[in-house]
Amino acid sequence: MQHIWAPMAEEKRILIYGYGNPGRQDDGLGKALADVAEAWIGEQRLGNVKVDVAFQLQVEDVLKMADMDLVLFVDASMDERIGDFSIERVTSDPEASFSAHSVPPGFIVGLYEALYGAPPPSYLIQIRGYEWELEESVTLQARHNMELAWGLVKKIILDPDILETQPQTAESDKNGSKQ
Amino acid sequence: MAQKVTISPVTRVEGHGKVTIHLNDDGEVVQSRLHIVEFRGFERFIQGRPYWEAPVLVQRLCGICPVSHHLAAAKAMDVIVGAGTGDGLTPTAEKIRRLMHYGQMFQSHALHFFHLASPDLLFGIDAPSEKRNVIALAKSKEYRELAVQGVMMRKFGQEIIRATAGKKIHGNGAIPGGVNKSLTPEERDRFLNGSEPLRADKMIAWAEEAIDLFLDYYGKHTDLLDTFSRFPSNHLSLVGKDGALDLYHGRLRAIDADGKKILNDIDYQEYLDYIGEEVRSWSYMKFPFLTELGKEKGWYRVGPLARLNTCDFIPTPKAQKAFEHYRARTNGKPNDRCMHTHWARLIETLFSAECMKELLEDEDITGGELMAGGKKQPEGVGLLEAPRGTLFHHYRVNANDQIEMANLIVSTTHNNQPMNDAVEQVARRQMTGQQTITEPMMNAVEVAIRAYDPCLSCATHAIGRMPLEVSLYDSKHRLIERKIR
Repeated sequence: MQHIWAPMAEEKRILIYGYGNPGRQDDGLGKALADVAEAWIGEQRLGNVKVDVAFQLQVEDVLKMADMDLVLFVDASMDERIGDFSIERVTSDPEASFSAHSVPPGFIVGLYEALYGAPPPSYLIQIRGYEWELEESVTLQARHNMELAWGLVKKIILDPDILETQPQTAESDKNGSKQ
Repeated sequence: MAQKVTISPVTRVEGHGKVTIHLNDDGEVVQSRLHIVEFRGFERFIQGRPYWEAPVLVQRLCGICPVSHHLAAAKAMDVIVGAGTGDGLTPTAEKIRRLMHYGQMFQSHALHFFHLASPDLLFGIDAPSEKRNVIALAKSKEYRELAVQGVMMRKFGQEIIRATAGKKIHGNGAIPGGVNKSLTPEERDRFLNGSEPLRADKMIAWAEEAIDLFLDYYGKHTDLLDTFSRFPSNHLSLVGKDGALDLYHGRLRAIDADGKKILNDIDYQEYLDYIGEEVRSWSYMKFPFLTELGKEKGWYRVGPLARLNTCDFIPTPKAQKAFEHYRARTNGKPNDRCMHTHWARLIETLFSAECMKELLEDEDITGGELMAGGKKQPEGVGLLEAPRGTLFHHYRVNANDQIEMANLIVSTTHNNQPMNDAVEQVARRQMTGQQTITEPMMNAVEVAIRAYDPCLSCATHAIGRMPLEVSLYDSKHRLIERKIR
């Protein structure tokens, strides 16, 4: 999921990376947001934003972070403490539980750091989901949460510095409060 | 005071499983079990859906080996649309599917070795879990290059899958009776002669180097790798018609612990005549067995170790050479050494790399004849060798083209009994006489299970979760100690 418009000079290069299994209802929230982002970015002809999707994060995803100024991981969450969505800075987490088959964002950031040096600023957006059965579409409430999260992502795309100039944005969303 | 140890669930594997180890009054292990405690009925979910949807729908099972499920379902549907049982497709369709499959095998095996097995081996299975991972490899001067290779090998396999399956999520490249696209010459050339290091030749070279790395380690730790979790068993896999290692298609062969054929290259469409599945009250995962030998003696292993035991030779030169060395280690007898699974997996990695190159150099891979058909059938079975072992997909459709029956047996289910035996053997070695749950004991149990690389998402259709919980019980089932990692 890439597009062809070239980035303007000095624009921050942003990767939006949605992951999860869209065949498991709300587990597809990451991809759902990525799809919405892809369509909007195409309409806006924004050359500095890449969108990608995956079933799950894996070690080779460190390669996607190269040449990026900002990475937004987007995932679904079962965590009941998250009201609608949350956003938090991802830091290197070499001690993260490591599966044979998927790794958390902190692990990707840690691996990037170990292989290539300082990683681009990375954030994890978690969208609250509710149902995880073998069905294709996300639930209505989860879609509502996704749209709220997309509202923030859109703001970040238009002004990436918001994450630095308004760190409370990220912090306030950490516990699920709305924008 | 008899005790019971529970490890739940096992780290680094998907789904929800736990290990219980029962001790008697003398602190001796009397029983151990790998429990699978979650189940979601995928077979029931797919009932009523049009048969042509199955190759895409089955990828919902999990995101770990969707290509294997995609292709196994497509093979079953080939039978249903009358395109034959594996040899009725057009040359282009079969070769595109094989390329997709070997891309999947390559990237999956590379991941397992570089990011799981090698940290265990290079830093020691007694090392803290946070040190036994690829970041630790990347941070070390000595092994940094290994981490880079692992990342790039994964990338190459993923790109092959993307080019052949069409999409990154829910690929639809394989369809009943064929495929929906072939490679363009540009795509083919990129894999053969593209920018370094993402070229087929480099993948072969790195796979060879990985075997050398393993052998170097093996030379220094021979006793550990020869004796850790070793036990005799039957072995089952597909083999090619000529007895060659073939991971995409063939006939079912099983051998016993002495190498005698106990399932002699049967047509897998008839698997129900030879394989049964036992249900046990303490696990949602069934226990398959060869019916002729019965439940007690008929269980078997699948996966890399089993495949290199059942096949007669490997039809690519570099992997064949490695195979001869491997076979010589056990004097041609079946290899029952659990840790040699890593060796076998690397030989298969090399084989997959060689197969990808051969296929990419074949003109058929860019051909235009994509579909075959014939007289429709009501029932079909699709089998292939997935990274972790033999994968069965069996469907029956009604007159309205709806699936009315589905039966999936995944490799982790085939390996249910062997994993239980592996845990028991390690537990006996590590736990006897222990009054507490030690970290090395937990690590050893994990390492034994990880050699099979189980995918509990596939086996139980659960969403992966990975905490580790260890509980210790006395003879009256009273909790003595619990550890969560």
